[in-house]
Amino acid sequence: MTRPAPSPAAAATRPIVDARGLWKRFGPLTVLKGVDLSVAERELVFIIGPSGSGKSTLLRCLNRLEEPDDGSIHVDGIELLSRATDINAARRRIGMVFQSFNLYPHMTARQNVMLALRKVLKQERAQAEEAAARALDRVGLAERMDHYPAQLSGGQQQRVAIARAIALEPRVMLFDEPTSALDPELVGGVLAVMRELRQDGMTMVVVSHEMAFAKAAADRVVFMADGEKLEEGPPAQIFGDPRHERTRAFIRQIDRH
Amino acid sequence: MEEFLFAFLNGDILREAWPILWQGFLYTLALSAITVPLGLAGGVILALLSTSGPRGIRLAAAAWTDLFRAIPPLVLLVFLYAGLPFAGIDVGAWGAVAIGFFLNTGAYYGEVLRAGIGSVPAGQMEAARSTGLTRGQALRHVILPQAVRNVLPDLVSNTLEVVKLTSIASVVALPELLFQARQAQNATYNATPIVAAAVAYFLLLWPLVRLISRLENKAMAGR
Amino acid sequence: MGGLESFLFSFFNLKVMGTYLPLIAQGLGLTVILALLIVVSGLALGLALALLRACGIRPLNWLIIFVVDLFRALPPLVIIVLLFFGLPAMGLGMSGFAATWLSLTLVLMAFAEEIYWAGITAVPKGQWEAARSTGLGFFQTLRLVVLPQALRITIPPLTNRTIAITKGTALGSVVGVAEILGAAQSAMSFSANPSPLTLGAIAYLILFIPVVALGRWVETRFAWKR
Repeated sequence: MTRPAPSPAAAATRPIVDARGLWKRFGPLTVLKGVDLSVAERELVFIIGPSGSGKSTLLRCLNRLEEPDDGSIHVDGIELLSRATDINAARRRIGMVFQSFNLYPHMTARQNVMLALRKVLKQERAQAEEAAARALDRVGLAERMDHYPAQLSGGQQQRVAIARAIALEPRVMLFDEPTSALDPELVGGVLAVMRELRQDGMTMVVVSHEMAFAKAAADRVVFMADGEKLEEGPPAQIFGDPRHERTRAFIRQIDRH
Repeated sequence: MEEFLFAFLNGDILREAWPILWQGFLYTLALSAITVPLGLAGGVILALLSTSGPRGIRLAAAAWTDLFRAIPPLVLLVFLYAGLPFAGIDVGAWGAVAIGFFLNTGAYYGEVLRAGIGSVPAGQMEAARSTGLTRGQALRHVILPQAVRNVLPDLVSNTLEVVKLTSIASVVALPELLFQARQAQNATYNATPIVAAAVAYFLLLWPLVRLISRLENKAMAGR
Repeated sequence: MGGLESFLFSFFNLKVMGTYLPLIAQGLGLTVILALLIVVSGLALGLALALLRACGIRPLNWLIIFVVDLFRALPPLVIIVLLFFGLPAMGLGMSGFAATWLSLTLVLMAFAEEIYWAGITAVPKGQWEAARSTGLGFFQTLRLVVLPQALRITIPPLTNRTIAITKGTALGSVVGVAEILGAAQSAMSFSANPSPLTLGAIAYLILFIPVVALGRWVETRFAWKR
């Protein structure tokens, strides 16, 4: 596996995602306890941690699918949590890929991609069709454009979902366990698409259990447990020389598999 | 406003009409207690015939079901009550209601139960027969209980419809709630008795409506 | 007359049938018009209520649930009688046709709302999230993503319920609407022969057997492929 060396310049630019002091409670349960996360342009940040650690909730806060109880989130300079922000306008700059794909079952692959192009970006039909075709080509599904989700494998469905997000040319992409619902033999195709995106310079935040992918492609790995960010650093350090006891236990457990 | 209260919620008239409304209410309960089991019996027979009889009988049962689902129950009732006497067959109001409900609601219950039996996997019958149960025993102890559970929301919902449908017995002058309310309204020139009857129906059937909503939501969530 | 002959004379009297065929045919026309009006207004109002409920305004939703429960619990004939015989006391008299139309519309509205709502809530939450994450607004998501899926799964129960309620047009005969049953009953009393009633029953079969069969077809046709 190859990946470009993280450019020193990337670290110097201002963060494209800047979340501070995020709190989130679900009833009696506190899922996020003042978490900070900043992501630089062209950076790939990987979030790992045991289930229930709050990593998915953190990710879903970053486009306000979850409403944090406290804190602030800036994406591309826009304060997401401000009442004045047009959240729909902001969201088209933030792509999201879900564990369960969530393709629209009543639309073909191309229609799935076109919907937001037409209705959010207000593109003409021809323009949207072309953009959708390009996005589907990028994920290797040009031939399956007119298939319905039910006619596609899980891996293909997830690639359509990625195309649906990238067609809007987002500034950052969020991946919420994108391969967890897939049969093992289908995981590779999705990871290949993500790797290409990364090489094209897409800023990405990924919640996933694909540790090999994290080691190979991530610029930075964040370890979360019990609603807190316990440590973060380059993959080599987090996987090779974790500082925190919880991290060490987690990595050991993962390695045993 | 006063006019409205006088016409629709008149206390004096309500007091006056109360005894016959109460009788009508009890009559409606009694009618339901008879028509629901009758319809269920018809439904079980139809469902069994249309799922496990020979091919000819299965088709006949399906045609019968469609026939009586297509004829409005009031048409059936009027036919039995006012038409049959011309041929010298007088079944009376009670007979007309009993036969009509057996045919009409039987067809609806039959359709629901047929779907329920169809939803039980074939392996259940095979398993039951393999342990030595007869076909009838297997149907009774293994298939029907599961079938009923699978279509419980539809069964309860159909039962609600049957109880509501007893109101058409007023057309053949059976003194149930709606009939009594109409009588009282005619005698007093005031709509209060009909409003009272509507309230009584609502109070009687609202719990059933809520129950159906809950059962349906559960079924939807379980899919 | 023998038994069969007397039966045929009573129920299949061609002479009587011939005389009253035009009257029954008119009744059939009226039934069709009444049924179509009920279907259009009932389904539209039901959908409107379901969409309103999707907006999630608490007190409004309680009101909607109450109205829906009310018209699910009341027998249609009771509503018709209340509107026809009760409202004139308020100086708000309406024709039997209008009373039947309005009553059955309200009943269909209630049942349809319940079915639409069940359909909307049956669409997985992930569909909302996916659509919202691409920048679609609440109403765009509802209209373009959720409703098309919800409507599809509601088609079978909605068809069956609509058939059952439109058959209630026969109740109009109680308040003097000359639809099929009303026409057949007048013809029966004019001719002192129940053959018009047979004709009426046949008219209902012609009208509703295809619809019942359609309902059955729709049930198998519109199961979601998942």
